[in-house]
Amino acid sequence: MQNVKQELLDREAAARMGGGERRIDVQHAKGKLTARERLDVLLDEGSFEEWDMLVEHRNSDFGMEEQKIPGDGVVTGYGHINGRLVFVFSHDFTVFGGGLSEAHAEKICKIMDQAMKVGAPVIGLNDSGGARIQEGVASLGGYAEIFQRNVLASGVIPQLSLIMGPCAGGAVYSPAMTDFIFMVRDSSYMFVTGPDVVKTVTQEVVSPEELGGASIHNSKSGVADLGLDNDIETLLMTRQFFGYLPSNNTERPPVRPTSDPIDREEPSLDTLIPSDPAKPYDIREVIMKVADEGEFFETQPDYAKNIVVGYIRMQGSTVGVVANQPLVLAGTLDIDSSKKAARFVRFCDAFNIPILTLVDVPGFMPGTVQEYGGIIKHGAKLLYAYAECTVPKVTLITRKAYGGAYDVMASKHLRGDVNLAWPSAEIAVMGAKGAVEIIFRKDIGDADKIAARTEEYQQKFATPFVAASRGYIDAVIEPRTTRAKICRSLEMLADKQLENPWRKHGNIPL
Amino acid sequence: MFKKILIANRGEIACRVIRTAKQMGIKTVAVYSDADAEALHVKQADEAIHIGPSASAESYLRIDKILDACKATGAEAVHPGYGFLSENQAFSQALADAGITFIGPKAHAIDVMGDKIQSKKLAADAGVNTIPGYTEVIEGPEQAVKIAKDIGYPVMLKASAGGGGKGMRVVYNDEECADGFERATNEAVTSFGDGRVFAEKFIEEPHHIEIQIIADTHGNTVYLGERECSIQRRHQKVIEEAPSPFLDEATRQAMGAQAVALAEAVDYCSAGTVEFVVDANKNFYFLEMNTRLQVEHPVTELITNQDLVELMIRVAAGEVLPLTQSDVKLTGWAMEARVYAEDPFRNFLPSIGRLHSYQPPQESEHVRVDSGIVEGSEVSMFYDPMIAKLVTYAPTRDEAIDHLLHALDAYYIRGVSHNISFLSALADHPRFRSGNLTTNFIADEYPDGFRAEDVPQSEPLIPVAVATYVHYRQQQRALETNGHAHRTPNEWVVVTGDTQYPVYIAPDEDGYAITHEDTVYRLQTDWQPGDALVHATINGARATIQVDPYRSGYQLFYQGRSLPTQVLTPIAAELSAHMIEKIAPDMSKFLLSPMPGLLVTLTVKPGDEVKAGQELAVIEAMKMENSLRALEDGVVESVNAAVGDSLDVDQIIVEFA
Repeated sequence: MQNVKQELLDREAAARMGGGERRIDVQHAKGKLTARERLDVLLDEGSFEEWDMLVEHRNSDFGMEEQKIPGDGVVTGYGHINGRLVFVFSHDFTVFGGGLSEAHAEKICKIMDQAMKVGAPVIGLNDSGGARIQEGVASLGGYAEIFQRNVLASGVIPQLSLIMGPCAGGAVYSPAMTDFIFMVRDSSYMFVTGPDVVKTVTQEVVSPEELGGASIHNSKSGVADLGLDNDIETLLMTRQFFGYLPSNNTERPPVRPTSDPIDREEPSLDTLIPSDPAKPYDIREVIMKVADEGEFFETQPDYAKNIVVGYIRMQGSTVGVVANQPLVLAGTLDIDSSKKAARFVRFCDAFNIPILTLVDVPGFMPGTVQEYGGIIKHGAKLLYAYAECTVPKVTLITRKAYGGAYDVMASKHLRGDVNLAWPSAEIAVMGAKGAVEIIFRKDIGDADKIAARTEEYQQKFATPFVAASRGYIDAVIEPRTTRAKICRSLEMLADKQLENPWRKHGNIPL
Repeated sequence: MFKKILIANRGEIACRVIRTAKQMGIKTVAVYSDADAEALHVKQADEAIHIGPSASAESYLRIDKILDACKATGAEAVHPGYGFLSENQAFSQALADAGITFIGPKAHAIDVMGDKIQSKKLAADAGVNTIPGYTEVIEGPEQAVKIAKDIGYPVMLKASAGGGGKGMRVVYNDEECADGFERATNEAVTSFGDGRVFAEKFIEEPHHIEIQIIADTHGNTVYLGERECSIQRRHQKVIEEAPSPFLDEATRQAMGAQAVALAEAVDYCSAGTVEFVVDANKNFYFLEMNTRLQVEHPVTELITNQDLVELMIRVAAGEVLPLTQSDVKLTGWAMEARVYAEDPFRNFLPSIGRLHSYQPPQESEHVRVDSGIVEGSEVSMFYDPMIAKLVTYAPTRDEAIDHLLHALDAYYIRGVSHNISFLSALADHPRFRSGNLTTNFIADEYPDGFRAEDVPQSEPLIPVAVATYVHYRQQQRALETNGHAHRTPNEWVVVTGDTQYPVYIAPDEDGYAITHEDTVYRLQTDWQPGDALVHATINGARATIQVDPYRSGYQLFYQGRSLPTQVLTPIAAELSAHMIEKIAPDMSKFLLSPMPGLLVTLTVKPGDEVKAGQELAVIEAMKMENSLRALEDGVVESVNAAVGDSLDVDQIIVEFA
C-alpha cells in the first residue's frame, strides 16, 4: 500500500512537471503560462478537480514507448467560475508540443460527454502543435471524435475556445465549431495551412502572425470573437464573459443582483441623434446608457464594425444586443455584418437570451463586391435568424429603418414582440431624395419641384407615424425613457412561449 | 426695471446672466445658432430665437439679427456677456438707435478702451501709470526695430485691436523684432481685420492683477477689489483668484483709485475691468480696460458677496449703485479654474465632440460651477472650447485650494479630452500654494510642456484601497449570481503601474478595512456598482476617485492622474510576472495629425530632407492654425495627405524613411 501511495505521488508529480522545467521556462519566456497555471487563473481558487491525470498514450512507434508523461499533454477536469460549474481542457504545450494523441483526445471527449450529461459549459484552452504525427490516423480519429461532440453539444451547452498558442490544420475545426473564440495577441495563431505550405503552393511569403494572428481573425476574417493582450487578460475576460451565459439550453440566463433602477432616465439620449441626418453618432452610447450599470461586453468589436453585437444585463439578466452602427459605413448591412449578426442572434436564440435590436440602417450595401460575394444569401442569414428566433425580441428604431433592411432588423413582421421607435425614427422604403427621384422621374430636371416633393416625402415618411399608424411600431417613446421601456418589455416577455413547427432542421442559407 | 432682456451670447455666460435675470423676475430671451439648437442656454431662457448658421460671424456676431430678435420678442435690454459683441461699439450704438438698452458701458467708452493706443494715452492723461512704450502705430519692421531699441529689449509687440494673446509677440533682439512685427501684423489682420501694431516695454516676472469696477449713470464708481490672474498659458488665463496673494492694502487702494479715475475719465457706467501688470516691487502699470463682464468675475462676486450681473442690470436700468466704496469688504478667498476641452498632454490641443458622460462636482457653499453644458452637449468646433468655470470659496486661500483640488477629483468628463489633470497639477504645485505667482509660472514650471509625470501624486495607497473595495464588491456580486452566496476571497493584489500591493479586505462595523502591509485603511462609502465616482471617507479624510471599469481591470482617476489598475488574485498576480509588456508601435517615423482638422499647408514632398524643428504642415482646427514640426532630422518617404483634406486625429500625414 505504501508503495502504491508513493507511486501515485511520483506519477502525479511527473504529470505536474509536464514537459519539464526547461520547457516550462521556454513557455514563460514567450509570455505564455502553462496549462495548469492557466486553469489557476481561470477557475475559482481551489475549485479545480482534475480527471485523467495519469492517462498515458499507447503508441509504441518511433520510440514513443520510451516517452510517456502522465496526462499526455492535456489537463482536463471541472471547476467553478464565480461558483458556477464549468468543464475545461487545457493543452500542455510543454508535453509533445501539446500534440493530440488518441489518449489525449479521449480525455477531452470524456469531459465533453460529462458536461453534456450535467448541462455545463465547456471551455477549451488551445495551445497545441496539432496532431501527434507519430500516431498517424489514430490522432486524426481523435480529432473527429472531438468534432462530433462539438457539433452535438452545439446549442445544448455553451462552448468557448481560448486560443493561447498555435492552433493549426485540422485542430482549428474544433474551436471553429464552438460558440466563441478568444485569441491572445502576439502569442496565438490559427490557420488551416501554415506559412510553409502556403509558400510552396502559392508562393506567398507570410508570417504566422500575418496569416492567422489574433489581429487577422479579429478584424479581417471574423473567425475570432475577441483579441486580448495576454494570457491573464484573456482568462480574466473569459471569467467576466462566462457570467453572461446560461449553463445550458434549458436554463434561463444567469441573474446578477443590481441596484440600478429600472426607471433610470437618461436625458442626454434626447440629444443623441444629430439634427443633420448625414451626421453619424455612436450607437454604443445608447447601449451603455440603457444597460445595467453601463456595462456592455462587446464581441467582435473590430470586425464588421457597421454592426455592434454583445451582451448587457437588464435588471441583472443577460440580454443580447444587435445594433447598426451609424459611425461605420452609415450602419449599412453588408455581407460581413449580416453574418456576424446572424450568428449572434442564433446563439442567443439557442440559449434563451432575449435580443434587443437597435435599428439605424439605411439599407443593404450596394455594389459588385457585395453582389459577387453573395450578399443575397448572406443577408438572408440574418433575416432567417431573426425570423426563426423565438426568444423575446425587443426592437428600437432610433433613426433610419429603410427598405428591406427595416424588415430584417427584427421588425414586427418577423415576430418582433415589442417594437419601439424614437421620435427621430424614419421608417420608409428609402431616403426621401432617392424615393422622389424614382416616383417623380419626369420632374428630375426641375430642381424646385424635386425639392418640394422631397420635402413632402420627408414630412410623410421621415417620421415614425406611418409605421405607428399601422401598428408596426407599438409605441413611440422619449429617448430618455428608453431603459425603463425596455426593462418593462423584457419583464412582460419573461415567460414568453413560442415554438416553431417541428422539423428535422431548417435550411438556413449557408 | 426691465421686464424682458435678451442675452446676445451663448454657453456658460448666457446661462449665468439668465440665472440672475430669473432671480430678479426679468424674462429672458436667448439667441442661438444652428449648432446651439439644443444648448442649455436655449432651454433655460423663457424664449429663444434662432439667429443663423453655426459660424459666429453668421449668428452671434450679426448685429442685425440680434436687433430683429429684440424687436420680435420685445426685449428692452441686451446683455452681451463677454466676447462676441460685448465690446463692439457699433452694436452698442445700434441698440441705442433702436431704443434698446445695452447692459454695458456707453459706445464712447467701448470705443476708446477698445483701442490699445488710445486707451493708453487716455490713461496717462488721467494719471494712471502706464508702461513705457511707443503708442503710435508702427509703420514697418525697420521702424519697429528702431522703436524697440529706444524702449530697450525685451519688447512686446501687440495688435492694437487685439486681445486674448492673438497678435502678440515678445522680442528680445532686432532680428526677432522684425520677424515678430510681420507675424503680429498678419495675425492682427486675420483675427481682427485691423493690422495696426504698437510696442511697449516687456516686464519680466510680471503679475497680472486686475481691478473690478462698477459705475452707475449718476457719477458713482466703486472698485470691488482685485483679481490675481497671473496663471496664464500663452496669455490665456487658466486659474484666477481673489484677492491676490501678492498685493498689500496700500497697493490695492492705489490701484483701485487709479482704476476709478480711469473709469471716470471716460464717463464709464456698468461693470468694467482695469488690467494692470505689477512688477516684483509692486510697481503697477495700466495694461487695458475691458469694458464688459469678465470670464473670471465669479471670484470677485464670492469675496465681495455681490452679484455683478445684477449690478450691471440695475445700473443699465438707471438705478443708483446700491453700494459705496466703504461698503466693499473683501471676505474669504475664491479660486477659479477654467475647465477646457483640450488635451494638456498633447500640447493643449483643443478637443471637440459629444460629452457622452458629464458629471460636474456637487455645488455647495464652497463650490460653484458656471457652465453652459450638460451631459450630451456637444463641444463644437465653432466656439471656444471652455466646458465650465469651477469656482471654490473658503475663508482662507489654503482651504479654497483644497476645495478646488477635491472638486477637480469629482469632475467627471468623458467624450472629449479635458484639462483636469493640468488644473490639478497647478493647484497642487508647491509654488502655487506659496502664492509666488507670475505670468511666467507655467512656462517656468513646465519648460518642456506639460507631461504625465508633471502630475504630482501624494498618496498612492488611497486609490489602491478604493480599487480593492470596488473589486471586492464586484466579486461579491458575481458570486451572488442566481441567488447563490459563495464566499468572496479577502486576499488580493492591486497592480498599478509596475507596483504590486498585496491587500487584505474585510467588512468592519460601518465599512471596510483594507490592510496593506501594516497599514489599515478604513473606508466608508455609499458607492454602488455602476457609479462612476467613489466618494469615500478613508481613515477619516474624504477622497473622491473616478473609477471606470476597463477590460479586466479599472481605469482610476485621482488627483489629476489616470491610473490603470488591476486587482488580481495572489496567484494571478504572481503569474503576471511572465506577461510580456506590449510595446506600442513605433510612430516616430510618422507625422500624425494631433487633432481633427483641415490640412491647410504641407511644405514637404517625398525625398525632401527635413531638419528637427522645421515646419512640415499646418492644421486648422477650432479656427486656430497649428504648426506641425519635425521632431528630428530625416527624409520624407511618402506624403499621405493633401492640402484641403479633413484629417482625423492620429491620421498619418507624412511618413519618414
